[in-house]
Amino acid sequence: MNEIRETAVEVRLPSRLGFEKIAMGTAASVAKMMGFPEDRIQDLKTAVAEACINAIEHGNHLDESLSIGVILSTTDNSLEVKVVDEGSGIEKRPANPDIDRKMHGEEDARGMGMFLIESLVDEVEWVKGNKGDGSYVRLVIRLDKEGT
Amino acid sequence: METGTKTNVDEVVAGSGTPASVLRFSGDISSGSRDSVLGAYGKIAKDRAVLLDFTRVDYINSSGIALVIQMMMEANKAGHTICAFGLTPHFQKVFTMVGITKYAKLYPDEGTAKAAL
Repeated sequence: MNEIRETAVEVRLPSRLGFEKIAMGTAASVAKMMGFPEDRIQDLKTAVAEACINAIEHGNHLDESLSIGVILSTTDNSLEVKVVDEGSGIEKRPANPDIDRKMHGEEDARGMGMFLIESLVDEVEWVKGNKGDGSYVRLVIRLDKEGT
Repeated sequence: METGTKTNVDEVVAGSGTPASVLRFSGDISSGSRDSVLGAYGKIAKDRAVLLDFTRVDYINSSGIALVIQMMMEANKAGHTICAFGLTPHFQKVFTMVGITKYAKLYPDEGTAKAAL
């Protein structure tokens, strides 16, 4: 178990808030085995948690009869995480959070998940579902990148 | 799976000799933490600075950060100073990314935070 090469791990989680921590722990374990430094593991954990929360809340609308899939795939120098839900995907990406607007009540205090995901990993792709396939977000972190 | 948030409130004396309230959080800070975060803030005296202690917080997500921002909004309206300490380096980075440091100062530990007030 010292080296992971082109390996995939899949976890299925109920659409219940809190279960994103299972995905965080799994992603952190795989990243640690791959040799990612601690700061990048923390970045990955937050990004994976936010992706799962989006899938649970906005993709599956907290419907506990639906599950989300978390698929981790590795190569020698990168870790890809796909978080799949049963929703129709994102219609329009929200604007980045603006703390001044939030503090003045002009913008919802929430709405930071996508911004955090995009800020903390090296690559992000949002894919809308098609003909019964689930929508997903694909995150990639690379071993050769410095911590952000 | 959500651990829940516990909040203890302490009254301390800041470095300047003025009183301050410390909200000591433990557990997770997430969407289920509204009462523990905003409820606790609502019960403290409004004539002093407020310190947020994250030393024993295991997990904060964007919904939890939103509750911290809502608390900062209320503090801002009341003219309170809010400072935080005990965040991990990762969450110091996240709080900076979302702009919280524009309205609340972050300190590494309680002693430094109290001395700065």
